[in-house]
Amino acid sequence: MSVSASLDVSKENSLLGSTSLKRRLIGGMAGGITGFAAMLIVLIVFTIVISVVMGGYKNITWEFLTEAPKEGMMEGGIFPAIFGTVIMTMLMSLMAVPLGTVTAIYLSEFAKPTSILARSIRFAVNTLASIPSIVFGLFGLGFFVQFIGSSIDNVTNPGTLVWGQPNILWASMTMGLLTMPVVIVSVEEAIRTVPKEWRDASLALGATRLQTIRKIVIPGSLSGILTGMILAISRGAGEVAPILFTGAAFFLPQIPHALSSQFMHLGYHIYILATQSSNVEKTIPLQYATTLVLLALTFTLNLTAVILRSRLRGKSQSA
Amino acid sequence: MLEQMEKDHSQQLRTEMPPMHPDEGFNAMVNRPVKVSSRGLNLYYGEKHALTDVSLEIPTNRVTAFIGPSGCGKSTFLRTLNRMNDTIVGCKITGEVIMDSVNIYDARLDVVELRKRVGMVFQKSNPFPKSIWENVAYGPKILGESNKSTLNELVERSLKQAALWEEVKDRLQHSALGLSGGQQQRLCIARALATSPEVLLMDEPASALDPISTAKIEELIFQLKSNYTIVIVTHNMQQAARVSDITAFFYLGELIEVGNTRDMFTKPAKKQTEDYITGRFG
Repeated sequence: MSVSASLDVSKENSLLGSTSLKRRLIGGMAGGITGFAAMLIVLIVFTIVISVVMGGYKNITWEFLTEAPKEGMMEGGIFPAIFGTVIMTMLMSLMAVPLGTVTAIYLSEFAKPTSILARSIRFAVNTLASIPSIVFGLFGLGFFVQFIGSSIDNVTNPGTLVWGQPNILWASMTMGLLTMPVVIVSVEEAIRTVPKEWRDASLALGATRLQTIRKIVIPGSLSGILTGMILAISRGAGEVAPILFTGAAFFLPQIPHALSSQFMHLGYHIYILATQSSNVEKTIPLQYATTLVLLALTFTLNLTAVILRSRLRGKSQSA
Repeated sequence: MLEQMEKDHSQQLRTEMPPMHPDEGFNAMVNRPVKVSSRGLNLYYGEKHALTDVSLEIPTNRVTAFIGPSGCGKSTFLRTLNRMNDTIVGCKITGEVIMDSVNIYDARLDVVELRKRVGMVFQKSNPFPKSIWENVAYGPKILGESNKSTLNELVERSLKQAALWEEVKDRLQHSALGLSGGQQQRLCIARALATSPEVLLMDEPASALDPISTAKIEELIFQLKSNYTIVIVTHNMQQAARVSDITAFFYLGELIEVGNTRDMFTKPAKKQTEDYITGRFG
């Protein structure tokens, strides 16, 4: 009895003693360093947002949002760039969302996860997601503009240059390639939140796999599909590199009137103002204001995606 | 008090059972036409041999219960009867399942037609996130029924059969997810009945329900068996004794014994059956 009691005591002592000074020091430092890194990120984001807002808000006027640039882009507004960004984003979504959604449905509903086809699609999607965006731009120039575009020109109107040059269609399709992985991954994730029990119930009632997808799986993952769409859009609205060689214009007095027109883009416009202007100092207020518009646009889209996603999570949990 | 209720309930079921002579027993039950039968059925999940040589006859318009410890293959066998195992990757089946003289594993068989005739109710109630009406009308709509008044009649008839009509008739357009657990399970039964199946498979339909809801489901099973051939998987031996006419005992993927429920529970032929029923294992 007394032996076991003394054993207990020694155990307790060793437990207390195990937190040596060295360990405590390391533990404390780890907490400090990681916390500092986390705070640094908050600080960086805060600085960017504050500086952009402070520098830009004064210049956000109705005229700025609705007029074209004037005086060698040192005055006037950015309407063509806003319009171009919106149209390019819409065309991009028209390509990336249906194709991405169908691919995600194939991957999650039809493909056997271990099949070679499914694995190679997944490999391709992951690779696509990790390619630097400037490479997409070069690919778009080589494939869409110079190969497809020129071929169309050669077949329809030999000797003329209509499709074989950068335009909003090729830029949108290049951007579509860039955003497709985002759509595929988020739609697949949304489809996975649809409980297996619903599928089983539908199949057991005599529904085919396609009917089950149409009536149960897609309605059940609709908000996730929308989230993927918005994330893709916000990614596409902010990227510049893929459209550099495939359709974005330095300056256009009017908005694009056909798919074969070039267009102005908010992100590209910022780059132009900051580097290509004859008087960079004079464009600084415009740069701030344009950046603020672009930030507001992508931030709103991301926020919408976050809200939709949290509503989706809530729904799948309560069901 | 609940025990008392269950007792009353089971007594009520006993008294409503068809009268039998002592000698008739199993034969009297099995002399009913066979609805579904399996012959030498083997099922593999990849390398795992989940069902071994199961041969079983399921009589028309009777309740057949599958009992046995977890993982014994009773649910797996149930799911071979409407080919729900088809959806599982790596599942392989040999042998035959004959329903109305057709082998349902024949390559020419239309699985949709089979599942229309063999309805299923799952362990976890799984209503769709749609209205009560939409849930019940789902099956008929899938099978091509689009006439609104026909659908309305079907919905009403099915909900009445599932003893749910009175509780939900004023809120058919409300979400099915707002119903209680027991109501949801009866809704799933109504949904399965809406396609007018001949066989109704029930995979532990009451295992997640409270005793009162369980009693309602059991009562429902008793009423439904005059029109449907019912196969029920249950963990609950008392439930098998209360609701079924035939009991089949599965153990480690094999069918150990099948017989008239009363005989199975009073004088089982096999030692393993007796051990399981008396609670010595499982």
